Amino acid sequence: MLAAPVVAAQAERLSMRRVVVTGLGAVTPLGCGVDHVWNKLTAGESGIQAIQSFDVSDLPAKIAGVIPVGETSEGKFNVDDYVERKEQKKMDTFITYAIAATAQAVKDSGWEPTEEEDLDATGVIIGSGIGGLQGISEGTLIEKDRGPRRLSPFFIPANLINLASGFVSIIHGFRGPNHSVVTACATGSHAVGDAARLIMWGDADVMVAGGTEAAVCRMGVAGFAAARALSTGFNDEPTTASRPWDKDRDGFVMGEGAGIVVLEELEHAKKRGAKIYAEVLGYGLSGDAYHLTAPAPDGNGGFRAMKGAFRTAKVDPDKIDYVNAHGTSTPLGDEIEHGAVKRLMGDHAKNVAMSSTKSAIGHLLGAAGAVEAIFSVKAIETGVIPPTLNLENPSDGCDMNLVPKVSQERKVNYALSNSFGFGGTNASLIFGPAP
Amino acid sequence: MSDVAERVKKIVVEHLGVDESKVEDNASFIDDLGADSLDTVELVMAFEEEFGVEIPDDAAEKILTVKDAINFIDENAS
Repeated sequence: MLAAPVVAAQAERLSMRRVVVTGLGAVTPLGCGVDHVWNKLTAGESGIQAIQSFDVSDLPAKIAGVIPVGETSEGKFNVDDYVERKEQKKMDTFITYAIAATAQAVKDSGWEPTEEEDLDATGVIIGSGIGGLQGISEGTLIEKDRGPRRLSPFFIPANLINLASGFVSIIHGFRGPNHSVVTACATGSHAVGDAARLIMWGDADVMVAGGTEAAVCRMGVAGFAAARALSTGFNDEPTTASRPWDKDRDGFVMGEGAGIVVLEELEHAKKRGAKIYAEVLGYGLSGDAYHLTAPAPDGNGGFRAMKGAFRTAKVDPDKIDYVNAHGTSTPLGDEIEHGAVKRLMGDHAKNVAMSSTKSAIGHLLGAAGAVEAIFSVKAIETGVIPPTLNLENPSDGCDMNLVPKVSQERKVNYALSNSFGFGGTNASLIFGPAP
Repeated sequence: MSDVAERVKKIVVEHLGVDESKVEDNASFIDDLGADSLDTVELVMAFEEEFGVEIPDDAAEKILTVKDAINFIDENAS
């Protein structure tokens, strides 16, 4: 055990380094670029559509949140604007999404250092739930059909999860901590929380953090369908399939994309006159120790992650204005999370707005937490709370303000974002107003 | 320019994303054309594919320039 003065010194040190958000970047099924995505999200648009890029005739789920491809100027994704043609074959799509979202976030932050000491003080933590699933599937077939000599020398680095962080560091020259997170659907939240702590502890002054995913491929859909996790009853009406807390919900809808934030030590950001969106106040983590894919029925894991976030934020639950829920639209998870939030908030629950933006973009798996952190930050910045689409009839007991179908305007000082992953891994983040 | 030379140069242009004018006979893949060690492995694979030859690792290590590649293929392709 550490001596009391050491603990006190550590506590003081931690409280000395505050972390703020100074840059945002996103590639989502609603488009490419945070402003564009946010406008569509708060207008109640959906990015869920019929899958067209591969054969789904024998798959029970035939819809997903896919990235609209087109001109960057129109808010669509054009990979050529971010990665040179000849480099594209060296990386799976999940990496290109991360590179694109990072380019946006770095530009937005204005932090584009060239001095060695600045580059050394800037790190990267980008995670992914699955990584290069499509690339690994294709490589497996090449090896099987044509033998190991036909396997590309880029097969391994193109598909490794930490290579998103690797490529980003090489492109921008960021030589600080280079790390990655793999915690299924909690990945993005863990990456943002861990990056904030690296800044708090002085390992870096600036961190590029977030999550990325590109698992909308045959293997991805088939795999999640085999686990009976996906919505299958709304293939004919894709935009109505993701319906968190609604009585008719029947599973999640896969999505893909990336969310990246630039986190920065407060004084560092102030000194250079950076635009500060919000402060990262709290971060809590927990494990369910219960089941591979199902959440613990009493919501204990999510409850303790949220509690941890409040403990580190030194903010009471009754200060929260908005909760961006994990809310995946699965029969079990939504009600369990709702119960845990209510238990934690107590009487204040009736004052809180809670929505699930997965209703509009689907479940971005390893990118979800990062994209939803961005939405939480945007809610603080703009005073608009994005809606829960398709919430017609809430399940019994789901009586919080779940922002059904239409966004709500309200001052948001403090926002909580939850992410829970397969394996029973949970992360919660609390954001507060720019200091 | 022989047929082999033309096809070799086309592959180099495609894989390394370089301008055709730079792909001279004596151009070194690494020093002149910006390839790294993994790029050269991939180039050799592309030559194998295009010309139906097998280029063993010890031979591949000696293919450093455009001309090296053309010569190897001229000598070994059926």
